[in-house]
Amino acid sequence: MKLITPQKVLTISILLGLLLILVLLISIAIGSVRVPPFRSIHILFQSILGLKGAGNETERTIVLSLRLPRAILAGVVGAGLSVAGATFQALLKNPLADPYILGVSSGAAVGTIIAILLGLSASSLGLPLASFLGALLTILVVFYFGRQDGRIHPNTLLLAGVIIGSFLSALIMFFISVSQKEELRTIIFWLMGDFSFANARSILIILPYILLGISLLLLRSRHLNLILSGEENAVQLGVEVEKLKLISYLCASLMTAASVSVCGLIGFVGLIIPHSVRLIFGPDHRLLIPSAALIGASFLIASDTFARTILAPTELPVGVITAAFGGPFFIYLLRTRKVIKTL
Amino acid sequence: MIEVHSISFRYHDDWVLRDVSFRVERGEFVGVIGPNGSGKTTLLKILYRLLSPQSGEIRFELVPLKKMDRADIAKKIAVVAQETHLLFPFSVLETVLTGRSPHLGSLMFESDKDLEMAKKAMEWTKMLPFSGRRMDELSGGERKRVFIARALAQEPEVILLDEPTANLDIHHQIDFLNLILTLNQERGLTIVMASHDMNTASDFCDRLILLQEGRVYKMGTPEEVITKENIEKVYGCEVEVDQNPFSGKPRINLLKKKTPLPSSP
Repeated sequence: MKLITPQKVLTISILLGLLLILVLLISIAIGSVRVPPFRSIHILFQSILGLKGAGNETERTIVLSLRLPRAILAGVVGAGLSVAGATFQALLKNPLADPYILGVSSGAAVGTIIAILLGLSASSLGLPLASFLGALLTILVVFYFGRQDGRIHPNTLLLAGVIIGSFLSALIMFFISVSQKEELRTIIFWLMGDFSFANARSILIILPYILLGISLLLLRSRHLNLILSGEENAVQLGVEVEKLKLISYLCASLMTAASVSVCGLIGFVGLIIPHSVRLIFGPDHRLLIPSAALIGASFLIASDTFARTILAPTELPVGVITAAFGGPFFIYLLRTRKVIKTL
Repeated sequence: MIEVHSISFRYHDDWVLRDVSFRVERGEFVGVIGPNGSGKTTLLKILYRLLSPQSGEIRFELVPLKKMDRADIAKKIAVVAQETHLLFPFSVLETVLTGRSPHLGSLMFESDKDLEMAKKAMEWTKMLPFSGRRMDELSGGERKRVFIARALAQEPEVILLDEPTANLDIHHQIDFLNLILTLNQERGLTIVMASHDMNTASDFCDRLILLQEGRVYKMGTPEEVITKENIEKVYGCEVEVDQNPFSGKPRINLLKKKTPLPSSP
């Protein structure tokens, strides 16, 4: 009998946590500028201990100010998008749901593009702010139209999100068609997802959202299991279903909004990570949420490491890598249909 | 135990239940019968507050249902619905364990005591040998037993059953009804069962509530409710009512009648 126990969740989380640390170290050790891998790790550990010794000034800057924040940001975003995806799949009862399905990303994109067209540079704080505001506005509008008689209706919410997302996509295309060449490049790069502006500030901006979102969802993970067998079923077992749906929607949307606002659109993570984790560990959210967070973090750090090293010194947008891995993988899932059947 | 005070309910414009009042005493086995669309399922859904009536009030042991916490309702009232979605192929044990949910509060995991309760519930319903099986591998009758086990794991005082024997063959029907009767008589569980099958309702229930278009048409013992007049009036078809020679309860017999087809031109 393989029941989910606290010990099992803890053991798997620790193992996946170790994997995450390993991926993080590898990501810090390699890059387009050659810093000997062990020296990179040496630099990292010394800085954790508050010492300075290994490497020269340039190497320290590369490791501590470029690679480290970038890897951490990719990890935080990967965790957030994966858990958001798993939550949307449960909330909307739709295996094809991903964090962007309800138009949050398009709203963020419109906010960002407006900011870029107004002349804000890609590295300023105004850009994530504009993006977050766009996403927030979309979350509220979709929520407003996605309810009937004061209740969240999964299908209505889905339709409202998809339609509002399509409308916003039309706006995006309009803005792209009227923008200048210089702005265009910034916009396109943003749309493909990009971690190159990662710094301590961007991590601090999104970390509270992701941590709070994952914690709140984890606390309700047992109830998320019940809602998957139908809302009536959950009510029969004493779940405050409307409250649960509201909290899930807000947590998943805000995590998505925060992620998108600092690094643009990174596709596929929120779709393939939850499904892969279900394949490996089963559908129970008490295990799914922590494992999806940790595996999603590792996956996105690894993808970003590929993106910046594979054609070095040219950097690919990380979205290209996640899509290149994610696309074929998803086709595989569709062929075997294992996952589709279980949701 | 349950007092229903003149409740009325509508989904949109049309009233589904109108001015319905009745009481259910502790330990009773009550059947709710009536034609399609007479409001049986809606009534059950109101009894566990999945739906709230627009007017009237329900009290559970003198406490208004409105004022009760969802989890508290689920600790007292368990539900076995018509057909439950199987979006997730949980195992039998996992499904029965979800019955412990209302008792867990904000805890994320079941304790060994919860596991014991679930196993006991599976033992009573003879589902223990199936505990590792996946729900989608079971037959309809076995699945019904799993949901009864889940209901028992809730340690409720009342079980609401919605068409529990629909889609079951006679073997599973009688097994299931006997199980319910045992729970009712030996464990003192109060049962409210909505059913299309008036003959089994007549045999098994202490009291029947006959609904017609959302109103209580007649309420009482099977002998008082299942009469030729009542049934013909409510269902609008001819029947003969006699006595089941084995149970002594009223039995409905359907009459064969040729209906002439409209003549072709």
